[in-house]
Parts: sequence; C-alpha cells; structure tokens
Amino acid sequence: MSGAIRVFLVDDHHFFLSGLRAELGAQFEIVGAAGDVDSAVEGIRRTVPDVVLLDVHLPGGGGRAVLESVRQSHTDILFLALSVSDAADDVIGVIRAGARGYVTKSISPPDLANAIRRIHGGDAVFSPRLAGFVLDAFHGELTGPIDPELDQLTAREREVLRHIARGFTYKEVARRLHLSVKTVETHVSSVLRKLQLSSRHELTRWANDRRLV
Amino acid sequence: MAQSPPQATRSRQTGQTSAPQRETPSTRPAHPGLPSRGRLRLDALAFTRSRGNRVIAGVAGGLSERLGVDPVLTRIAFVLLTIAGGVGLVAYVVLAFASEEPGPRRPAIWREPTRRRTFGFALVIAGAMLLLREVGVWFGDRVVWPVTLAAIGSAVIWARGSDDDRGRWLQSAQSGNSIETLFGDRASIPRVVVGGLMVATGMGYALATTDTLAAAGSALLAIAVTTAGLVLILGPWILRLYRALTEERRERIRSAERAEMAAHLHDSVLHTLALIQRADAPMEVVTLARRQERELRSWLYGQPAPLEQERLGTAVEALASRVEELHAIAVDVVVVGDEPLDERSRAVVLACQEAAVNAARHSGVTNVSVYVEAEPDGITAYVRDEGKGFDPDAVPPDRRGIRDSIRGRIERQGGTVTITSEPGGGTEVALHLPRERR
Repeated sequence: MSGAIRVFLVDDHHFFLSGLRAELGAQFEIVGAAGDVDSAVEGIRRTVPDVVLLDVHLPGGGGRAVLESVRQSHTDILFLALSVSDAADDVIGVIRAGARGYVTKSISPPDLANAIRRIHGGDAVFSPRLAGFVLDAFHGELTGPIDPELDQLTAREREVLRHIARGFTYKEVARRLHLSVKTVETHVSSVLRKLQLSSRHELTRWANDRRLV
Repeated sequence: MAQSPPQATRSRQTGQTSAPQRETPSTRPAHPGLPSRGRLRLDALAFTRSRGNRVIAGVAGGLSERLGVDPVLTRIAFVLLTIAGGVGLVAYVVLAFASEEPGPRRPAIWREPTRRRTFGFALVIAGAMLLLREVGVWFGDRVVWPVTLAAIGSAVIWARGSDDDRGRWLQSAQSGNSIETLFGDRASIPRVVVGGLMVATGMGYALATTDTLAAAGSALLAIAVTTAGLVLILGPWILRLYRALTEERRERIRSAERAEMAAHLHDSVLHTLALIQRADAPMEVVTLARRQERELRSWLYGQPAPLEQERLGTAVEALASRVEELHAIAVDVVVVGDEPLDERSRAVVLACQEAAVNAARHSGVTNVSVYVEAEPDGITAYVRDEGKGFDPDAVPPDRRGIRDSIRGRIERQGGTVTITSEPGGGTEVALHLPRERR
C-alpha cells in the first residue's frame, strides 16, 4: 500500500474514531488520530499526512484552532471537515479557515472514502448541505462595494451547486448538465475559492458569529 | 384545650412539669448541644435571623426560634417597646447586626414554643416596660397602656402556645380552608373572644383618653384606631394566609417546570430509546436516532419561537422529521432562502411531504433528498430518490396520491409539477410555484 493516501483522524468521540478506523483502514493509511486540539496539532505536524479528517467541534478551541495552527507551518496538508452540526456558521467557519470540504457524519463509508480521494486530488467536496448554505449565502442582492470575481456566483456555478444540493453526485451533475466531470469539479473549486475569500456580508457574519474571521 | 397529647416523644428538658414538651412530627427534637440552664455562655446568646419566617430582616422570627416563643409574640414585643420610647426599634437594629445570616439549614439552636416560655417572655417584656417607664424612656401612660392591652389581646388570639392551635395552623395551611379551621373550631372561640375584647378595650380607652387632644379629627382618629384594631385581630392571619399562598404558587411553578421537562423527555428521548430497543433493523435504529437528534438539538439550542416555526425552512425541516418518524427512511433536507409560510408555500411543503412519503413507500431505498429553494420569482422544490422508479403513465387512476396531493395541490396555486421516473432509474418530483403578481 505504498501509494495509499495518508490520513489523520481528529475526533473527540472514541466510538466514532474507532468506527472511522475500521471503515477507512483498508483503503487508506491511517497515520494517527487525536481527540483534542493540542494533540491533533502535534500529531499532524509529526506525521505530515495527506488529508486530515477534522471534527468541527473539539475540546480546546474547535476544529478551527487545529486548522489555523497547522496551516501556519504546513500549507499543503488538506482538511476535510466532518461534523454532526447542521449549523451554517459552523460549516462556513471551518471552510473559511481553510478546509477543502465539509461532510456530515451521517455520510456513508463509501461516500466518505470518495470524498477523501477527491480532496486528495485537489478538488473541493461539497455535501448537499454545504451547497445549500453556499447558495443561501450568495443569494439575494448585494449592497456596498462588491468584487464580482469573488462576491457573486456565475449562473453555471449556481446550477451546479443546485444539483449538488439536490443530492446528485458530481458524475450525475455532469451528465445532467452536459458537462465533463472535470468541469463540474472546476466549478466547485471555484465556488470554494469564493467561499473562502469573498467578503460577502452573509459569509463574514456567519464567520464573525463564531469568531472565525 | 387540655387534650391529652399524643404520647410525647423524648423528654429532653428535665424538670419541666407543666405543659409537657410536645413536638409536631415535622420538627426535629431540640438540639443536643443546648446550653444547660443557669449557665450563661456568650454563644448561647447568638441567634440566626430567620429566612423563611420574616417580615423585615427576620430578627423577630430568628429570635423566636432561638427562644422558643411564638414569632407573633416577639413581633408584638418589638412594637410595644418601640411605642414605649423607641427602644424596640433600637433593639431591632442592634439585633439585626448582631445576629447571623440565615443559612440554608435550620439554625443549631431551635426551640418549639411552649406555654411556659411564652409566659416567661411576656413577663420579661412587661418588666422591661416598667423599667423603661421608671427610667423615663416613655411616651406617656395614655398611649402605652391601651396599646399594650390591645397588643396582649392580639397575642391571645394569635400566639401559638399549644399543639391544638399549631395543628390547626398546619392543617389550615394545607387544606387552604383557613377561615373554617380557624374560627369554626370551638376551642379557639374563647381565645378569639377574650383577645378581641382586650383589643377593643385598649382601642376604646386610647380613643377616650386622647379625645380632648384630637377633638377636631376625632372621626378620622376613630377610623384609624378601628383599623388598627382590625389589623391586630386579623393581620397575622392575613399575613400567614398570604405566605402560604406565595409558597404554594412558587411550588406550583417549580413543579410545572419539572413536569414540562419530564414530559418532553418522556415524549421524545424515552420514547425513542424504547423504540430502539424494539427495533431489529439497523436502518430503523439509524432513522430513530436521526430524528431524535434533530429534535433534541432544536429543543436544546434555540427552541423556535412560535412565529419562527411558521417559516418555510422550519416547515420543511418539520416535514422531514415527520416522514422519518413515520417511515423507515432518512430525509436529507436542503433549504435555500426562506420566507414566511403562507397558503402557497404551505402547499409546496405538503406536496413535498406526500412525495417523500411516496418515496418511502415505493422506492425501496433508505433515503430521499428534499431540496427547496425560495427565490424572488418563486419557490422551486425537488424530491428525489434513487429507488426502483415507476412508469408515470402506468399509475392506476385510483391511486390518488400523486394526482390530488401533489399535482392538484400545486396546480391549484398556479404552479407546475414534473415527475421524472423510469423503472430502475429513480424518481424525481419537481415543483415550481411562481410568485404571485401583486
């Protein structure tokens, strides 16, 4: 398994951690696991994994604290946020702090494995929930000075997100919109960039609510 | 009056021959660390202000508990000493500072009132008054003696010297039928009559002696004195009644809160746990857990206000939990945009619910996606499953679900419904309802 993606798990629920290990252990190299912010930062710096599965709610500062500490020294480690939370401010907060995607813990093991591979391949992973939040955030009229590059979605991006929000996989989205899967991925990555960099009021508000600017 | 007491528990105070120590079942025996009689220790003088039994600072209540005298008597004593030259007021303030803060527990030294102590206490107060009179700290005989007489009358009515009365008090506090238990009992009638006469005499005497002095406002004075008399006769009773009522109301609120929380946990968490124990399919357990999680989360963190509930977003979430609850299927909900729920958006919610229920019944898969987007130009909704699908043209005409609950409902509001399905290829119900033109 020399080419296996090296994955680090961060979650404070031991049952969930052991479940993840069992589900992912066959396909990925699990290089470590941690249950709080400090040991996670230390472990990730030591093992330098490809992908970190990061629980949003962690004792000691939350997933965001891990993201910020690690990304100061290691900008190439990719993060996939994982949470039971359905709250927009949690989701938007970790994405803006640098996570490449967000899935809920109810995701099926094969879907989770796919998401890890996709993240590792450089793409963004949007669950239907996240797509819905993004559409919500980029919804409505803009006030004040805007950067059209960052503060608005193109019609195509909106269409792609809508399909993801409806529960279609990237492949299905591509088929239905007569695009290549690669193009769908490009659109999603572009949306992720806007999500992280846009100064749209809704996004900054969500982030500010959790002190996650 | 001299009913033989229920066989007294322990006789701690030796040498007490009259009025055997009697205790109501709710009080505990006198504290074993009582200082023995005849020896004066400084800490024996310390007392704790009363928390439960107080009018101003709880000094009189605390002193009564410490001395074993009815609080009514202590309060009357303070009033008398105040009238007799203001000493009572000074004493009250001094004692308020000298006494200890009330704690959660009953103070260490706590005595039940007895007739003997009550009598002793009355003699001490009478002596103190005579002494004050001799010393000259005195407002004048014409004021003090009538008031004293009235005060003693009030004490006769209200002081609780014996078990009979105390029992009745407890009973009246519990039954709530105070007037009957108070004045309907034969044993208390002599006390009420004697006390009432004393109060009336005192008041009348005060009126007669101050007549010359207050010739102008004698009518007003008469009213004032009569009122004071009534307060002396009825005041403590009203106060106690009020206290009992407040306490009862507080208890009612507390238990109502407890009951509400218990009811909620029972209806939700306990119920779900019971269902999980009976469930045999893992999917069923997952569905139950999901629904419970959703419900508990919204209850704990942001119970939606009634107004908030009536919005499109929350209505769709509610739809999802309803369907998950009734059918073994997981409902993934995404809502974009929001708006207040009106007749039109309610139609969308209900149509979505019917579509999700159809998916649960017929698709054969374990989850269904519901996507609702509210835009300025209208509401769009998709309900999609990846199940076995069906041929929309082959649905028998007697199946009314799609025709009435989905298509009819939306088309009546001026919207369109598109059902995309083929055997083996999943099903998607798409609804679009354009915004009404104003």
